[in-house]
Amino acid sequence: MVKRSNWSIPYLVFMMVFVVLPLLLIVLYAFQDGAGHFTFSNITHFFSDSDSLSTFAVSIEVAIENTLICILLGYPAAWILANRKYNRSAVTVVLFLMPMWINALMRTLATAELFNMLGVALGKGTLLFGMVYDFLPFMIYPIYTTLMKMDKSYAEAAEDLGAAPWTVFWKITVPLSLPGVMSGVLMVFMPTVSTFAISEFLTNNKIKLFGTIIQENINSSMWNYGAALAFIMLVIIGITTLFQGSERGEVEGGLI
Amino acid sequence: MTKDYIIDIQHLSKSFGGVKVLDDIDFYVRRGEFITLLGPSGCGKTTLLRQIAGFIAPDEGRILLEGKDISGIPPHKRPLNTVFQRYALFPHLDVFDNVAFGLKLHKIPAKEIEMRVQKMLKMVSMTDYEDRSVDSLSGGQQQRVAIARALVNYPKVLLLDEPLAALDLKMRKDMQLELKEIHRKMGITFIYVTHDQEEALTLSDTIVVMNEGRIQQIGTPTDIYNEPVNSFVADFIGESTILNGTMICDRKVEFMGHEFECVDEGFGEGVPVDVVVRPEDVCISSSLEGAQFSGVVESCIFKGVHYEMFVDTDKGYELMVQDYDSFEPGSRVGLSIKPDDIQVMRKERTCNTLEATVEDRDHISMLGCSWECTVPEEFKQGDEVLAEVAFDKVDLLDNQEDGKLGGEVHFLLYKGDHYHLTILTDEGDHLWVDTDDIWDKGDLVGIDILPSDIKIKRKNG
Repeated sequence: MVKRSNWSIPYLVFMMVFVVLPLLLIVLYAFQDGAGHFTFSNITHFFSDSDSLSTFAVSIEVAIENTLICILLGYPAAWILANRKYNRSAVTVVLFLMPMWINALMRTLATAELFNMLGVALGKGTLLFGMVYDFLPFMIYPIYTTLMKMDKSYAEAAEDLGAAPWTVFWKITVPLSLPGVMSGVLMVFMPTVSTFAISEFLTNNKIKLFGTIIQENINSSMWNYGAALAFIMLVIIGITTLFQGSERGEVEGGLI
Repeated sequence: MTKDYIIDIQHLSKSFGGVKVLDDIDFYVRRGEFITLLGPSGCGKTTLLRQIAGFIAPDEGRILLEGKDISGIPPHKRPLNTVFQRYALFPHLDVFDNVAFGLKLHKIPAKEIEMRVQKMLKMVSMTDYEDRSVDSLSGGQQQRVAIARALVNYPKVLLLDEPLAALDLKMRKDMQLELKEIHRKMGITFIYVTHDQEEALTLSDTIVVMNEGRIQQIGTPTDIYNEPVNSFVADFIGESTILNGTMICDRKVEFMGHEFECVDEGFGEGVPVDVVVRPEDVCISSSLEGAQFSGVVESCIFKGVHYEMFVDTDKGYELMVQDYDSFEPGSRVGLSIKPDDIQVMRKERTCNTLEATVEDRDHISMLGCSWECTVPEEFKQGDEVLAEVAFDKVDLLDNQEDGKLGGEVHFLLYKGDHYHLTILTDEGDHLWVDTDDIWDKGDLVGIDILPSDIKIKRKNG
């Protein structure tokens, strides 16, 4: 009799080869120089190089802006989609989420072409537009699912206790949908920091993001420095995820 | 004098998708009263409560609160509060903030909020729980917080939607007593919704029995229990045996093949009636002397306080009897029923009366299809007539396809020697059927009627 736990072996192998091993390689490369000797110079180089640091700052800034815009646009959209009074069909939901099915690179290329055609100068504005366009569905969906799953009786109870619709929204709906917003933030903020295609196509590399310099280093065979940058980013992502994990015991709803 | 009524509900009706959920509901609630809306699930009681709370707007009719029509006022402006079935405590707030929620909205000074919340938590025995998160509370504790959260606002009326349904039996009994005590202390009017007849009998000053969107009976628990107005109420409240009978004359009724003295008058002579006998009202003894009729004990089950027995009577009826003494199955017993323990009810109908249209000499159309029968000479094609079919002349078949039309067993009543079924046809009509066969609620059946069993009558007026 084969033990049930044996069934997990193929997945374990897959994880080892395609997730754990590359991560280990990143760490290994990050702490080596070109000749393969152990060194901290890659890491110290990043923190002493003002170009890298400012790119990093710009990336975080763009990521924060993108996330905020996605929340501002995505929350009302999710709320309307989840409200039976305004939306009764699943088709509208799919329409909102459909962009997720199309490769982000293709959408970005198409957006860039559109801007060219319209004669819009590429820059920060077009970059943010492209990012919001790419990441909005990832904000809408987790918020939408939390709102859909939310017990309607909470809102009714609040109304019953004397809360006008607007108060119900602020005191009940928003706080209770925060887990959805949190996973939305996770899905938008992190990928934005590391994205490079969008800035390449939509700003013609005028604005460089953190992802861009990782890509540039790797492309020009500076494997060790590129790995170090990737490692730093992983650490930052790790830290922010920890923060979110501790904020609420469990993150309900959403994609994660 | 409408002024004594805190709530006056006038001719309220509501349909959802063409189905009438509430049909001409009309009753009033006295100030300070504990009134219970009682009925099986789907009878419309919760819809009615939600209309009073303001979550559903009525199609027709009005709801008056202290004489003023509140039909158009949104829930947050109604001075009523609800205890929800699943409590609906806000999971992101602690116990104190949950209870204080309504008070904070009404801009009441912090000191007074503190005082009122503490007082209310004390009333529901939840002092020292202020800082607890509501997720960490047991079902019973959550229920107490939900009651405190509603009552702290001193509503004019407290609405309770099956508040104890999620608790286990022992806790439910304790909470019933506490609710009654809270009602007495606060003096606030309670409107309580439940499907549990025992709960309703324990708690209420007045019970409103509902079924299929209509009020069946309004009365005190004793009235409803002792004098049910129809077979639905008799069957729903407590244990009972409902039997077909005939009123011979005033104070004399025949059922189970025997004549009995009773206290009912004014039914007329030779009129078919329903007779309700409560199992605890049947006197059972091992001696046949002085007994009104006899029977053989069929089964005997110990129920804690009493024994529950089924007795086959001398004329072939089955009667439920409860007594403190047990009688061996197979033993012969004498039975009698006191005159004032016999409850006589007018029959709602004595046969199926259906609207029909004459198609030709030997066909009529009714219940959405065509039926063969003999149409008397006096009627011609296209005439609107009434078709009468006796209860026991409707045939029920196992397979829906085998019948002329399909239907579903909607309600069933054991009448001592046969079952009286209410069938809901696929077209949405009701048919009443007497049968010896055993069916369950929800069974799908085929319906057929022999041509000779359809009697055509002229439509009055």
